[in-house]
Amino acid sequence: MEATIEVAGLRKRYGRTVALDGMSFTVTPGRVTGFVGPNGAGKSTTMRTIVGLDAPDAGHALVGGRVYRSLRRPLTHVGALLDAAALSPGRTGRNHLLWLAHSQGLPGHRVDEVLDEVGLSSAARRRAGGYSLGMRQRLGIAAALLGDPPVLLLDEPFNGLDPEGIVWIRGLLRTLAADGRTVLVSSHLMSELEDTAEHLVVVGRGRVVTDAGVAELVAAASDGRVTLRTAARAEAMSVLARAGATVATGARDTVTVTGLPADRVVALLTEHTVPFAEVAAHRASLSEAYMELTRDAVEFRPGEAR
Amino acid sequence: MREFGYLLRAEWTKFRTLRGQLVAATAAAVLVVLLGAVFAAGNHSSCSEGPKEVACPTPPLGPGGEAVADTFYFVHRTLSGDGTVTARLTSLTGVITYPPPNHDTIVPRVEGLARAGLMVKAGARPGASYAALAMTGTHGVRLAWDFTHEVAGAPGRVSGAAPRWLRLVRAGDTLTGYESVDGHRWTRVGVAHPAALPRSVQVGLFVSSPGDVTVEQGSLGGSIEQLRFTQATGVFDRVSVAGTAAGGDWRRDYVGGHAATDWEKYHRPPGLVASGDRLTISGSGEIAPSTDGFHLEGVLSGLYVGLIVLIVVAVLAVTAEYRRGVIATTLVAGPRRGTVLAAKAVVVGAVGFVAGLVATAVTVPVGVHVLRGNGIYVLPVPLGTELRVVVGTAAVVGLVSVLALALGAVFRRGPVAVIAAVAVTVLPVLLATASFVPEGLSRWLLRITPAAGFAVQQSIPVYPNAVGHHSPVDGYYPLPPWAGFAVLCGFAGLALALAGYLLRRRDA
Repeated sequence: MEATIEVAGLRKRYGRTVALDGMSFTVTPGRVTGFVGPNGAGKSTTMRTIVGLDAPDAGHALVGGRVYRSLRRPLTHVGALLDAAALSPGRTGRNHLLWLAHSQGLPGHRVDEVLDEVGLSSAARRRAGGYSLGMRQRLGIAAALLGDPPVLLLDEPFNGLDPEGIVWIRGLLRTLAADGRTVLVSSHLMSELEDTAEHLVVVGRGRVVTDAGVAELVAAASDGRVTLRTAARAEAMSVLARAGATVATGARDTVTVTGLPADRVVALLTEHTVPFAEVAAHRASLSEAYMELTRDAVEFRPGEAR
Repeated sequence: MREFGYLLRAEWTKFRTLRGQLVAATAAAVLVVLLGAVFAAGNHSSCSEGPKEVACPTPPLGPGGEAVADTFYFVHRTLSGDGTVTARLTSLTGVITYPPPNHDTIVPRVEGLARAGLMVKAGARPGASYAALAMTGTHGVRLAWDFTHEVAGAPGRVSGAAPRWLRLVRAGDTLTGYESVDGHRWTRVGVAHPAALPRSVQVGLFVSSPGDVTVEQGSLGGSIEQLRFTQATGVFDRVSVAGTAAGGDWRRDYVGGHAATDWEKYHRPPGLVASGDRLTISGSGEIAPSTDGFHLEGVLSGLYVGLIVLIVVAVLAVTAEYRRGVIATTLVAGPRRGTVLAAKAVVVGAVGFVAGLVATAVTVPVGVHVLRGNGIYVLPVPLGTELRVVVGTAAVVGLVSVLALALGAVFRRGPVAVIAAVAVTVLPVLLATASFVPEGLSRWLLRITPAAGFAVQQSIPVYPNAVGHHSPVDGYYPLPPWAGFAVLCGFAGLALALAGYLLRRRDA
């Protein structure tokens, strides 16, 4: 099976609220794709639609070219963590996985394997009602891994994890992608996906805002400004302006240079023996890039309500 | 199909790994057994003659093993082998003592199911196998045999101007009844096959007249049943017995006879008055299955308590998943939602059936044993009937569980679904058997609600020749057992179909 997720033109409306407004994107194997956007942007609804829980008003979602509801033993095709809190409190973690395994015709020892993989073996025979949110996340990830599927959908898997857990899950996601799996991970916090996602689908108000590689996004958000601190401000400004840069005075003894890369600025100043204390190239963080992109798409912002 | 097997196994794993559900299902069965045991242990009966305690009298048993009433006046002689008995009935009259409205006079009127006619019987012992061709008070000619079988002949009544000839022909174990208005042109009424006629039988004339029953609606709902003594008198002539008949006089027996009533003491005693070839016979009594006794399904009075517990278990099997969000996991693992629902229904239905079977298979035999030990007369029923009560009731519990599960999937909220399931199953049967509900309404409740299924519990049928009143309060259902069961099956299937439709259509 070609393990691609294809979402095309999804529309969904709950009463007067538009949840999905033409959501379209494709997720390819071999890399972690981040699915980011503010709360209410339609991430969960999209994921629920992919696995057939919600029916879209228009459009379609395919996994490996097929509608999820047509899959036989679906957990061997797609592993999904949708809501880690969705557990019967009276059932042990192991038994939760056991019925899931039985539903796919998988043997019981597969349960012990995934429990070991997520580090939950010691708590497996305790009632899930007593699990911390972090343990529930691990159990949910174990459930997603149960059928050894080529496609993984994880909705907010970082929620409730301690720092150690976050490091662990980042490593796990990278490993899964390196195996050639298709991994779609949603989050409303871009920082969680830094150093993990190679590709990002940024959504807002039910549609895709940007669908691009991480490097590309960062470059786009960085505008190439260089900040220079110098005691000889006038001299520096004239040297750089003659070289074709746009210069502006900043606070106290700083100069903002646009149109020249940082190494060129340093070379010019050195050549003209202009003293300077510090040259800093401005590089946008992924979070800043994200904030920039989703500024218009945030559903609720303080001060907006009348 | 294999997918269904996987989902079935998954649903069973789900069920057995929640200890609360297992405990509740077991508790339901135990409750039914305990309530039945407490009921049985708390019921005693004793009889005494003067100061001395004696075993209570029990009714005779018919050839089929059922309890019977077998009381009538019999004028008979022996017939060895095949033969024919013929007689002309010129009059059938009677009295009813103190009937409504004022209950102050004895009225000359023949009871509707009083009988006067011919009988071939294995012996004069009550309960012995027989075939009887007789004119009835108001139901025309009837050919009856072995208490539970009866076919109708021509209607009408007899008088001197319009007599009725009756003929009963024995050939081995087959008895054929004929009737005629003139003694020349004969019409066949039917063929009777008594189960246990020996070669040598008693053959002759008989008269019976059952108690007169009236039922009044009570002022607070319910009904009041009254029964009063009646007597019938038949006048026969042209009596002949052809065949290997022993000669000699007629022998007279008040079969199953009782202490004389004042009417019999002071006005007309039961018996035979012969005058020339005219034989006048007076008698009282009933020849029919007896329903005076404890119906064995009565020990299952705790069934409804256990059933409510199982309804909760069945409803929670789906609504708890909605409450916790587990339904999403279930439907991601099994995206064919109809198949998931079917797997759940099989598991929940099987759990209900097994819990029900444990409950009934223990409660019925143990309860009946304890009651009999306490001197209560429990009406005997064939083994097949007892098995039908035990297994059929368990199947009803299973089906009610499936119905409750389906309602859980329809409403998705536990309390609403439990109330709905109880309202359509347990509530109608409780109302129908409560004495304050009008009987007409009770009958409809047990016909058109899922509670109709409880008819499988009824161990004693209403026989075609039975006298008396058969109301839901006394455990008589308006539908036959399997028809009632079919109504419940229909409701369970319908609810499941609706649940499947909604489950497929709605977002999880």
